[in-house]
Amino acid sequence: MNKLIDSIGSEDMSVQESNKLVKKIKGVFSTIHAFFHGNPPAIIGGLLITMVLLGALMAPILASHNPNKRVARPHIAPNAEHILGTTRSGRDVYSQVLYGARKSLTVALSAGIIAMTLAVAVGVTSGYMGGKVDEWLNFLTNVFLVFPQLPLLIVLAAFLGQVGSLVITILLGVTSWPWGARVIRSQTMAIRNKEFIISAEVMGESKLRIILVEILPNLVSIVFGGFLGTVIYAMGSEAGLGILGLGDATEVSWGSMLYWAQTSSALYTGAWWEMIVPAAALAVTGGSLALINMSIDQVSNPKLKTGPHMKLWKKLKKEADQRRGLL
Amino acid sequence: MKDVLLEINNLCVDYVSPNGVARAVNNVSLSIAPGETLGIAGESGCGKSTLAFAISRLHKAPALISEGEILYKDCDVLKMSDKELRDYRWNDVSIVFQSAMNSLNPVITIGEQLLDVIIAHKKISYKEAHQKAVELLSIVGIHGDRMASFPHQLSGGMRQRVVIAIALALEPKLIIMDEPTTALDVVVEREILNELYDLKTKFGFSILFISHDLSLMGEIADRIGVMYAGNLIEIGDAETVFGKPSHPYTQGLVASFPTIHGPKERLYGIPGNPVDLLRIPEGCNFQDRCTQCMAECKKHEPELIKLNDRHQAACHRL
Repeated sequence: MNKLIDSIGSEDMSVQESNKLVKKIKGVFSTIHAFFHGNPPAIIGGLLITMVLLGALMAPILASHNPNKRVARPHIAPNAEHILGTTRSGRDVYSQVLYGARKSLTVALSAGIIAMTLAVAVGVTSGYMGGKVDEWLNFLTNVFLVFPQLPLLIVLAAFLGQVGSLVITILLGVTSWPWGARVIRSQTMAIRNKEFIISAEVMGESKLRIILVEILPNLVSIVFGGFLGTVIYAMGSEAGLGILGLGDATEVSWGSMLYWAQTSSALYTGAWWEMIVPAAALAVTGGSLALINMSIDQVSNPKLKTGPHMKLWKKLKKEADQRRGLL
Repeated sequence: MKDVLLEINNLCVDYVSPNGVARAVNNVSLSIAPGETLGIAGESGCGKSTLAFAISRLHKAPALISEGEILYKDCDVLKMSDKELRDYRWNDVSIVFQSAMNSLNPVITIGEQLLDVIIAHKKISYKEAHQKAVELLSIVGIHGDRMASFPHQLSGGMRQRVVIAIALALEPKLIIMDEPTTALDVVVEREILNELYDLKTKFGFSILFISHDLSLMGEIADRIGVMYAGNLIEIGDAETVFGKPSHPYTQGLVASFPTIHGPKERLYGIPGNPVDLLRIPEGCNFQDRCTQCMAECKKHEPELIKLNDRHQAACHRL
């Protein structure tokens, strides 16, 4: 008897749990819907970046050839077998772009994560702690800030010889955090004097909790915006270093593709596809990230007066003005 | 009424929010005579400040003055061009905000902020303007030497007085005071109000005084209007509204604070919370909290009924 009751009880529990799960999933979907609804930059940017990410993730399935193998005669114009043509060395451009996306995006995203982690750590610490800590961290930030970034990268990359993508990732991550840190520091300083921080201190919250729970959520839009900005920048720099031949030219990335297109003077010989395809891939990815950046601003800053209800406001305002005979 | 300075007819102000349109001021009509003090009372969120903002047309999106007119000397404020509006603001109507002490710029001296107003609106030399500013400060009881002080060097009460001095700078016909003394202690409040009344007898301006402090209002206002959920539910002479309120809500407000004289009595507040402006019930807005609610109240919205020449209330009971 007891067992029976137990089993009924557990069944109830599992029903409840599955109900909870359904609710949770519904919640997630409604959040996603709320984000995209009436937010065209988010829709366009989201679609584009999804396409790029899918292409990168499913490269082995989608690619028609091995990107590192000579599969055809050089510089074949786009045709049925080679959708986007072939390179000077007879490699399939379409497959290379897909595999290149993996490398380029990995470098850009990891560099962005490294840079933003450093920026948040340095910015929030110096902004919240103040005093000597702030002085030293701010000095460090300034030192990194005055370094001309790209020349430094070029010198380092040249000094280290042709370097792999891992080194480039670290170089980009370590050199592109200071402006983010400056912005986050000043924002933290503005927030830390607000009354809710003071009341958190009075309630006896630890410094770590104040930083993580009270301050960081207020910085989400800046951190995320900075992250996307850094990703775009890192992607560009990776390609830039690649074009200059300072990256590893044997790896397939959008940068190295452009390098080979450049060295084989693809544009002079009329093989525009070798140059245009990776360049367009870079532009589309950068553009979609920028669009997402814009849309995040709209959502994360509730004070920004945008959104579907503003259309209604405009309509009502027009009607009211008409009634008053102003229009 | 023949003698009218400002007349508001059927004013409606909406807030367009993602969850729907909230009507913060609903069909409010009132008028202010020259030299009169009209008090507007009501609890938080009933539309008092929204009304004050509407009068000087300060509303920005997502707020919208959807209907009605605001006639200042028979000229509709809502139809004014930008230039007319600039002239109207501060020359004719000035406003003291709720957190008045924060309306001073922290990095500019109070003297400069006073001069700003005078020079922007009047064609006088800097020297004359300076003289005028010193005069204004001494009117509100601050020594002219204080012209070079920054706002943080003054106490809250002094800052408030500076703001009032700025509001008086152009001798406007109407001053809107949006809870000007809420942040001050009673001693300073009394001092400032006394000064204000001396100035009022001297210059003869009208005051639209917005506050939730009904007892203060009973003392200083000539007439009192009571607002609830965007509606003006009772308006009349101060003694009538304060002494013999007709609307159940006003009765509740008056019964919510103790009298100094007389025996100690149990205080009765008004139960419940203000209505959600996005979910306004059919009929009277006050029905859920009203002690005298009847069937009629759930069907039709009551309109202002004239009880006598100077007293109106909106309730089906009357």
